[in-house]
Amino acid sequence: MRKLTLWLPLALFAFFAGLAAYMLTQEKDQLIESTMIGQPLPEFALQPAFEGLPGASKSDFTGKPKLLNIWASWCLPCIAEAPQLEALQRQGVEIIGIAIRNKPEDVAGFLAKYGNPYTRVGSDRISEVQLAIGSSGVPETFVIDGKGVIRYQHIGDVGADDVPTLLAELEKAK
Amino acid sequence: MMRWLLALVLTALALPLAAQDTMPPAPYAYNQLADPRLEAKASALMHTLRCLTCQSQSIADSDAPMAGDMRHQVRSRILAGESPDQIRRWLIARYGDYVSYEPEVSSTTWPLFAIPLLVILIVAGVLLRRLGKRRSDGDDAGAKA
Repeated sequence: MRKLTLWLPLALFAFFAGLAAYMLTQEKDQLIESTMIGQPLPEFALQPAFEGLPGASKSDFTGKPKLLNIWASWCLPCIAEAPQLEALQRQGVEIIGIAIRNKPEDVAGFLAKYGNPYTRVGSDRISEVQLAIGSSGVPETFVIDGKGVIRYQHIGDVGADDVPTLLAELEKAK
Repeated sequence: MMRWLLALVLTALALPLAAQDTMPPAPYAYNQLADPRLEAKASALMHTLRCLTCQSQSIADSDAPMAGDMRHQVRSRILAGESPDQIRRWLIARYGDYVSYEPEVSSTTWPLFAIPLLVILIVAGVLLRRLGKRRSDGDDAGAKA
């Protein structure tokens, strides 16, 4: 019995060393999910991000569920998700964009080059609305129901496999 | 394979392009509040809020544009009369406990606070029993002598 307790500290040490080694090999979850899911959008009214489309405000989220896409012209994954957003738009989904820290000419240039899936794009020059809805980066896509309640959050660019998920979440939000 | 390659190239490209975010920073990102008392309050709070894009730094330590925008939120809210605690609550309501470096007792963190107390109690109990035993042993020895 005494012999066994002698080994206990070493066993404990080995356990923690092993745990640390194991955790080092695990991929770290870097995603910070918004805790605003199920909450109504905060009040906001953003100026148009460029001349081509109106700005965005909370009152635009009425009627059928819509997508709220947080993006920026300086964000590369936003280029990657552009075709998927267009595909969603072609299927009748209304996408309202919020451009983060963007100049009007850059927004216009990006949309001319990569396509424009938006009906409105608001300009969030100081990430105010982004912070208010718990989004921690670009791009992020939120499903907002007809009452202006945040129903779903997709972090990162929308890949081809994410399109059916978003469509299902839009359907669920009806 | 191609997808991974593309992703790799895109990540490599992402840094210089991200640096092209040429917008001027938010008014209070790099400017202190005029009132030193309010600025001290804001600064203390900013040191205990986590930067969301550079996860091991506080927003006071980080030069990431988003950290600047968060500093602007903190300073302008302090200026508008909100208390540091209200601002911390506002952020926690959006990002969870994650955003705060100040430990809080919550449904997931209570063991962190309870276990040390429990250990101290156990140690105190063991010590008391042992010391008490030794003292009474000593008394016995004294009685025999």
